[in-house]
Amino acid sequence: MTTGLFVFLTLAIIAITAAAGLILSRNTVYSALFLIINFLAVAVLYLIMGAPFIALAQITIYAGAIMVLFLFVIMLLGAEKPKEIEQMKWQRPLAFVLGGAILVEGVYALLTRVSITVTTNPASEILADPKTLGISLYTKYSLPFEIASVILLVAAIGAVVLTRMPKKDKGQ
Amino acid sequence: MTFGLFLEWAVKSLIVILGMTIGFAYVTLFERRVLARFQVRIGPNRAGKGGILQPVADALKLIFKEDLIPDKADKLIFVLAPVLTVIPALIITGVVPWGPPITLFGKQFTLSVTDINVGALYILTVTSISIYGITLAGWSSNNKYATLGGLRATAQMISYELALGLSFIGPILLAGSMSLTEIVHAQKSVWFIVYQPLGAIIYMISTIAEINRSPFDMPEAEQELTAGYHVEYSGMKFALFFMAEYIKMIAICMIGATLFLGGFQGPFLDQQPWLGPIYLLLKVVVLLFGLVWIRATLPRIRYDRLMAFGWKILFPLALLNIMVTALVMILVGG
Repeated sequence: MTTGLFVFLTLAIIAITAAAGLILSRNTVYSALFLIINFLAVAVLYLIMGAPFIALAQITIYAGAIMVLFLFVIMLLGAEKPKEIEQMKWQRPLAFVLGGAILVEGVYALLTRVSITVTTNPASEILADPKTLGISLYTKYSLPFEIASVILLVAAIGAVVLTRMPKKDKGQ
Repeated sequence: MTFGLFLEWAVKSLIVILGMTIGFAYVTLFERRVLARFQVRIGPNRAGKGGILQPVADALKLIFKEDLIPDKADKLIFVLAPVLTVIPALIITGVVPWGPPITLFGKQFTLSVTDINVGALYILTVTSISIYGITLAGWSSNNKYATLGGLRATAQMISYELALGLSFIGPILLAGSMSLTEIVHAQKSVWFIVYQPLGAIIYMISTIAEINRSPFDMPEAEQELTAGYHVEYSGMKFALFFMAEYIKMIAICMIGATLFLGGFQGPFLDQQPWLGPIYLLLKVVVLLFGLVWIRATLPRIRYDRLMAFGWKILFPLALLNIMVTALVMILVGG
């Protein structure tokens, strides 16, 4: 077994264990922490594929910003432990059926469409250097990039509008 | 990977970690002595000559203290939180170069642990995950004051991280690279603080907020939250939080010196490459003195004003700084 494959398998096991822990944990803070471990493992996967920019951006944005807000909300609301009694009894069997379906579909697609060697291939040259990545984002992919930025801007403006205090309360 | 290369990395990492730990010990002494002078006191001067052994005495005292874990605390996270706080502080300076390459025993060594092409982003990444230790410490203590301190820390660090990240972009634009070695080399003739005075000020303010130092030490405001997120910690665990704060002080001074004050650049560097680390150390000490000076002078600001300052003043200013820098770069053709 080569070193690359060994590292890949270790990371894959960590990522899958963390994902399982995220679902199985009854404490939401632990779930959030498992998700962070999962993000970190995936980031290291990007790193061994030779895409340092993507790896670090993954950690900064997902593990560093989004998950911090998740934890913040969990702690602020005191929602660490959900109620033991399940409200929707049909939810669990349905989740098993749907989850199984997507797993079968994914494995089928992986076996028929993608060859196994893809996992150990390095990422394309563009991702290795932040400079070439930036140039290709602003030239070849400028339209999708702009569209994504406009969508994010709309979401940000939406958040501001939703949380703004209504003005008419002022005088009363 | 050869054994020699592995050994080189191991030695360099050890130098960084040991240097940071010893640095932490003496920054505490430095701060206490300088703070005492500001307040017309003498400060600790009994242990050893001029108080030189004071950090050793402090460490011994903390080791022999009783290590308490509250009964209702979440034990795993309570123990893990101090470790999660210290590790990012120790690894953040891994990409900062200490000097030009030097030749030892007929072999050339670069004076940094590693020089990656996304160095500046690496620093931001480590900063962004350094929040967890403090937040989790606050939550796992199962204490109202600690939880409030942890929540304050989270909100504050998230808010100031934006301005901090944007302040990095000025030097990156000027150097045309995210590698810190390249950024230092680009400052050979003129330091970036000359082109980026606003960026340097934004960097300093937002990093002080990021490491929860006075006047932004809301998460541990003694008068309101007793001691904030570390109120339930004692002994070595408490010492680890302290260690993280002081190592972060050194780290932000090192990074600030590298981004804006020319890093290891200085006169006669071409003839004597070993002067590099000395110049860097001098710049770090000057910046550390600035941090202590700020702490001794400014009162803590109110929490809502702190958030408003971060979002309504610092963040737009940082954006404006980038816009102007980019425009000038295009017009001058840098």
